[in-house]
Amino acid sequence: MEPRLSVLICSGTGCASNKSMEVMDALRKEIATRGLEQEVEVVQTGCQGFCAVGPIVYVQPDDVFYQQVGVKDVPRLVEEHFLKGRPYKDKLYVPPMGGMPIPKLMDIPFFKSQVLVALRNKGLIDPEKIEDYIARDGYQALARVLTEMKPEQVIECVTKSGLRGRGGGGFPTGVKWASARKASGDIKYVLCNGDEGDPGAFMDRSIMEGDPHSVLEGMCIAAFAVGSSQGYVYVRKEYPLAVQRIEVAIEQAREFGLLGKDILGAGFDFDVEVRRGAGAFVCGESTALMASIEGNPGEPRAKYIHTVDAGLWNRPSCLNNVETFANVPMILQRGWEWFSSIGTGDVSQDPWGGSKGTKVFSIAGDVNNTGLIEVPMGTTLREIVFDIAGGLPEGKRFKAVQTGGPSGGFLPESLLNLPVDFDRLVEAGSMMGSGGMVVLGHDKCMVDSAKFFIDFTADESCGKCTPCRIGSKIMLQSLEKISEGKATEEDVEQLERVAHEVANLSLCGLGKSAPNPVLTALRYFRDEVMAHVHEKRCPAGECKALITYSIDAGKCTGCTLCAKNCPTDCITGERKAAHAIVTDRCIKCGSCKIVCNFDAVVVQ
Amino acid sequence: MQKILQIVEKWGGRKDCLIEMLHDVQTEYNHLPESALRVLSARLSVPLTQITHVATFYASFSLVPKGDTRLRVCMGTACYQKGGNRILEALERELKVKSGEVTPDGEFSLESARCIGCCGIAPALVVDDDDVFGKVNPTKMKKFVADIKKKKQAGKQSAAEA
Repeated sequence: MEPRLSVLICSGTGCASNKSMEVMDALRKEIATRGLEQEVEVVQTGCQGFCAVGPIVYVQPDDVFYQQVGVKDVPRLVEEHFLKGRPYKDKLYVPPMGGMPIPKLMDIPFFKSQVLVALRNKGLIDPEKIEDYIARDGYQALARVLTEMKPEQVIECVTKSGLRGRGGGGFPTGVKWASARKASGDIKYVLCNGDEGDPGAFMDRSIMEGDPHSVLEGMCIAAFAVGSSQGYVYVRKEYPLAVQRIEVAIEQAREFGLLGKDILGAGFDFDVEVRRGAGAFVCGESTALMASIEGNPGEPRAKYIHTVDAGLWNRPSCLNNVETFANVPMILQRGWEWFSSIGTGDVSQDPWGGSKGTKVFSIAGDVNNTGLIEVPMGTTLREIVFDIAGGLPEGKRFKAVQTGGPSGGFLPESLLNLPVDFDRLVEAGSMMGSGGMVVLGHDKCMVDSAKFFIDFTADESCGKCTPCRIGSKIMLQSLEKISEGKATEEDVEQLERVAHEVANLSLCGLGKSAPNPVLTALRYFRDEVMAHVHEKRCPAGECKALITYSIDAGKCTGCTLCAKNCPTDCITGERKAAHAIVTDRCIKCGSCKIVCNFDAVVVQ
Repeated sequence: MQKILQIVEKWGGRKDCLIEMLHDVQTEYNHLPESALRVLSARLSVPLTQITHVATFYASFSLVPKGDTRLRVCMGTACYQKGGNRILEALERELKVKSGEVTPDGEFSLESARCIGCCGIAPALVVDDDDVFGKVNPTKMKKFVADIKKKKQAGKQSAAEA
């Protein structure tokens, strides 16, 4: 008997950290107790994307979405929904601004405007079951490619679709494949970049954890197109679940004859191995990644000779990102016309002429709906931040959105109507990167944020080329001076000059793009930066050297909570009387402000 | 020695799998002991200098032992914006060590982590390799550390009883 209902539980890292696996066990037990095992099946899925409200339980075919489900909610949920057949009201999604609960997933604003291509199977399949992927038309594209198409036709289809690299560079995928096909050499490699190092981006983790076969199928199609028989997936060690799921998927694909010798009886061989990264951001760069797969330190090299001609072990290598590969089967299955009908620009004459298809963004920071979304290229920042991500939490005003990780920049309110695609973001001084978007509220300091990114780059610079190694340190020192209120105008000038030099002279993309956060902070938030220099003031109240904490006696109720939580015992005052902070002992840790329920702690 | 040889065996003695072998050694010994690196050098015919270059280039590897429990505070953008640095400072105060150090009793090591990809539940921290805690609060770190200690103690006791 087919089950009447499928209960899908998110086992992505976000939901799992909120104990979704315990909820799953409880559901299975409760369903058994009520004798419903034959009627209701429980499925563990990959990341659903709406991490803000996890653990997520989704019931099909009813399309009912439950949020923040705890073990204690399970008996009522089973009784109400599975027995009585009505949604369990207490755990339905409620919009952050108030209003009626929304039972159906497709009516929830976060999901409504999304168009799922790379994330087509998110939250719908068990990532450790190849049968689930196949049931959703998985490996159909590969079968068509191997039985009906020539490699050149595959490349033409991908080129015409307008697919560009989702890892950040935006290089046209079909053009890369064509070069790799043309490159001479009997051994060629297809490599998957799963070294998602951009802080603030987690779409590749989610795809590898939630739908690993989509990546393998994409790689297999690429291998057929370029003429390769060996592939590698390079995954960050920080993503243990992704490593495990990809490994399981490879095993299953081999068992089903979808990897290995003579795939689908078409006389085509291709196999894949996993290599784990070891915590170096620069390994997301193509030549560094290849050095790392070879077992060497991940240092990039100059690319006078492209990696499609001489990459891994000096052989032709075709490297694409996880999300790029996940798009490929859909393009072959539904046709390039369909894919290129989504997105911006015109790629019929020039593969760089537009940004086609969809893009997955991870949206985090000061927004109500943090998580993973997939929208057509050309969707505006405003739609993403305010419609899909639900805007900023109460009491916060929008200041900037940071796109593209450490290689990207800060975009101000005036650019909220910018359609998001590869080229528009670069024009604005930022970049797509792998699609991280972090929203900053009015209380975030641009100097501090720029310092955060440059600190990251300075630390992750591999040290091979001088502009990046020394330049990032000089930029960091200048930013530190600014945030401490010790900088002069000359320091800001020097910062700007060095930033341009690092961008122009560095060897690889890491250094070339590293100054973007500094340059956009100066371009769009110059007044705020200069307040640190001229007035020795941090308008956002974040730079520790320039702020003091005090307590507003009018608002303080004397509840003593701040004093109890102060790590240096520098808050004095009797119960039910206004408290005060002894400033010279205060280490500005902010604990008092976090715990105060009356908004009585003032930062100036 | 036996274990190192097993690890070399597992990866087919392939030089290009050096990083994978180092991962396994690190998991086994909680750091990369010099003796292990010497064995790898001899077995793979890779100079010790080159192995050391790899071992020191990548942040995942450590030449000195880490604590029994590793606390890694995510310092990705989303976590930083939500106060990840405050979490790290609170743990520094609680454990009385700086980030990157090990407590004198060897019980805890404290590190900042590169983005762990849990931006939706920022700020986050990871205990050991894969136990992720989201939306953590810097004012609750005392209890957090105490709870881990309690859990470890209970684990040790039940292991002893068994």
